[in-house]
Amino acid sequence: MLKKLKHVWHIIRRLAGDDAYEQYLKHHAEFHAATVDAPPALSRKEFFKLWQDNKWKGVKRCC
Amino acid sequence: MMNKNLKIIAWLAVALLGAFALAGIALNRGESINALWIITAAVCVYALGYRFYSAWIAAKVLVIDETRATPAERLDNGRDFIPTNKWIVFGHHFAAIAGPGPLIGPTLAAQFGYLPGTLWILIGAVLGGAVQDMVILFFSTRRNGRSLGQMARDEIGAVGGTAALIGTFLIMIILIAVLGLVVVNAMKHSPWATSTVAATIPIAMIVGIYMRNIRPGRVLEASIIGVVLLLLSVWGGGWINNHESLRPLFDHDGLPLAFAIIVYGFAAAVLPVWLLLAPRDYLSTFMKLGTILLLAIAIVILRPEIHMPAVTQFVDGTGPIFGGKLFPFVFITIACGAISGFHALIASGTTPKLLMNERDIRMIGYGGMLLESFVAIMAMIAATVLEPGIFFAINSPAGVVGKEAVDAIAKINSWGFAVTVEQMEQLAKDMGETTLFARTGGAPSLAVGMASIFGSAFGKHLLALWYHFAIMFEAIFILTTLDAGTRVGRFMLQDMLGNFNKKLGETSYMPSVIFTSSVVVAGWGYFLYIGVIDPNGGVNILWPLFGIANQMLAAIALCVATGILVKSGKLKYAWVTGLPLLWLVVVTTTAAYEKIFSSDIRVGFLAAANDMSAKLYSGALPPEKAAVAPQLIFNQHLDAYLTMFFVVVLWVVIVDMLRLCVRYLSGKQVLKLSEVPHEPSRLVEDWVRD
Repeated sequence: MLKKLKHVWHIIRRLAGDDAYEQYLKHHAEFHAATVDAPPALSRKEFFKLWQDNKWKGVKRCC
Repeated sequence: MMNKNLKIIAWLAVALLGAFALAGIALNRGESINALWIITAAVCVYALGYRFYSAWIAAKVLVIDETRATPAERLDNGRDFIPTNKWIVFGHHFAAIAGPGPLIGPTLAAQFGYLPGTLWILIGAVLGGAVQDMVILFFSTRRNGRSLGQMARDEIGAVGGTAALIGTFLIMIILIAVLGLVVVNAMKHSPWATSTVAATIPIAMIVGIYMRNIRPGRVLEASIIGVVLLLLSVWGGGWINNHESLRPLFDHDGLPLAFAIIVYGFAAAVLPVWLLLAPRDYLSTFMKLGTILLLAIAIVILRPEIHMPAVTQFVDGTGPIFGGKLFPFVFITIACGAISGFHALIASGTTPKLLMNERDIRMIGYGGMLLESFVAIMAMIAATVLEPGIFFAINSPAGVVGKEAVDAIAKINSWGFAVTVEQMEQLAKDMGETTLFARTGGAPSLAVGMASIFGSAFGKHLLALWYHFAIMFEAIFILTTLDAGTRVGRFMLQDMLGNFNKKLGETSYMPSVIFTSSVVVAGWGYFLYIGVIDPNGGVNILWPLFGIANQMLAAIALCVATGILVKSGKLKYAWVTGLPLLWLVVVTTTAAYEKIFSSDIRVGFLAAANDMSAKLYSGALPPEKAAVAPQLIFNQHLDAYLTMFFVVVLWVVIVDMLRLCVRYLSGKQVLKLSEVPHEPSRLVEDWVRD
C-alpha cells in the first residue's frame, strides 16, 4: 500500500515537473559528467529558470 | 483459447450495452432520461473505438514500429527532447489539449436538444478528432517533432505551409476574443465573480515568485498554496459581495470589463512568463483536472435526470443562442470535444518530443482526445440537467428575448418552456447573483448546472459558493488560454515579420515585443469590443466564426495527413483521414456560405449589415443603437470577408493536396517524404535484456 502511494506521489511529482531538477542532475551525470571538460551542473535556481523559459516557447495550450 | 473466447464475449457485451444505451437516448421521446445512459453510451463507444479502430489504424495504416527509436531517444538533450513515461506524456498532452472549448461548445449547442450534440461529440471524436490527433502525432514523431506548418510545407508545398500558418494565427485571434467575451459576460454586474477573477491575478503572481525565487522549482508546494488561496478567493468574493462599500468597486458594465481584459492581456504578453503565465497555468491545470474529476464523480453519484428534450424546435434555425439550422451549425458549434484542429498544433509540438516509444502514440493521441470528448459529454449533461426554461433564460441575449424579465419570460414561455420570473429571481438569489437573465456565453449556465449537480451531491446550502467556484474555475483557464494565446500569436507574428526585418524577428527585442503584442491584442481586442456592444450578444457572431476557423485548421491537418498517406503508397487507407476531411469540408463550406450569404439576418453577415443600414437610414433605430450601428455594420462586412478568407485558404490547401496526390498517382515527381530514416531503439533492447 505504502509502495503504491509512493508510486502515485512519484507520478504526480513527475507530471507537475516538481522533480525536473533531479531528472536533470541524473541526465547530467549520465551524459555529461564523464566527458572531458564537462560543464558543472546548474544550480537548482539556474536550472529552473532555463526550464521554465524553455517550457513556454511555442503552442502549449489550446482551446 | 478459453481466454480468447471470454474476451470476444466481453467485447460483444460492451458493443451490445453501447448499442442499447445509444438506442435508449436516441429513441427516447417525451419522458426525461437519466444522464447515466449518456455516460454509458459514451464509455462503450470510446472503448470500442479505442480497442478496435485505433488498434487497426496503428497496426495497418500507420504501421507503428516499436523497435524504431523516437526523436526523444535519438535527440535526448534533457530539455525539450526527453524520453518520458507514457502516463506522464498523456498527462501533459491532455492538459494541453483540454481547454474551455469542450465546456462552452456543448453548452451552446444544447439549444438543439441533447441528442444532436451528444451524437456528434461521440461519432466525431471516435472517427474524426481522435484519428486526427493520433495520425498527426505519428507523422510528427517520424519527423523529429516538426510542427504542422512545417510538415505542410515539407510534404505538400509552400502554399499549404503558408496557409496553415496564417490560419493558425487568425484562429488564435478569434478564439481569444470569444473567450474574453465569455469571461466578460460571466463577470458583468457580478461583484462576486469579478472580485474572485481579479484575485486570481495576484495569486498567480505570488505562486510565480514563490517557485522562481523563494523555493526555486518547488512546483507542487507553490501550486498547493495557490489552490488554497484560490478557494479562499471564492469565499472572499462572497464577503465582498455583501460588503456595502467594497461591492461597487467590482460592479461593472461589460465595456469597462472588456477594456480591463484587454489591458490585462497586453500585460500578460509582455511580462516575463514566470511571473504570471506559468504559475497561472499550473493553477489552471490543477483546477481543471480536479474539477473535471469532481464533476464526473458527482454525476455518477447523483445520476441526474436530463430535462432538455432530445431535439428542440430550434433545429429549424430559429434558436435564440445562435441562429442557424442543425446542419451545419451543430458541427461548427461543437468543435473541441468532437474534432479540433488546434490539437494538431499540440500533437506536432511538445508531445512528439517526449515519446519514449511509438507504441505510446495510440494511447496518447487517440486516448487523449477520447478523454477530452468525455469532458464535452459532461458539459452537455451539465447544460441539459437544467430545466430548459431556465437554460434559455440564462443563455438568450436581450436582443432576442427582450431586456425586461417579464418580456423574456413571456417569450421563452411562448416557445413551450416553462419558467417564471420568481423562479429566475430565486435562482439568482441562490447563486448569489443579482440576475441570471441574458448571461450569454455558456459560462454562467454551465456554472449553474455544475452548482446544482455539486450542490445536490455534496450539500445544497453552498449553492452560491459552488456557482462562483465554477465561474472561477472556468475563468482561470480561459484566462490561461488568453495569456498563452496572445503570447503564441506574438511569437508567430514575430516569426513572420522576421522574414522582412531580422530585428523584428528577435523574441527578446523589446520594441518588437511591444509592437507585436500590441498588434495581437488589438486584433482580438477589436472583436471583443464589438462582441460586447452587440445587442444580440457577440457570441452569436464570434462562436460560429471560431468554429469555422477551428474546423478549417482540422481540415488542413487532415489534408496534410491524407497527402502523406497517399505519398507513402497507402492510397487504400487514405479514407481513414480522407472521410473526416470530406465531412469537414462539406460542413465548413456550407456553414461559411450560410454565414456570408444567408438572407436570415441572424445567420448571414451581409443580410445583417444590409438590414441594419436600412434601419439606420430610415431612422428606425433608437439613439443608443444608432450610435453603435455604423461599427456593427462595418464589423458584419469584416466578418463576411474573414469567413470568405477562411474558405479560400481551406480550398487552396485542398487543391494543393489533390494536385500532389494526382501527380504521385500518375507517377510524376512530388516532394519527397521527409520521414527520418529508421534507427533501431536501444531502449527496447535494454528492456528485452532486463
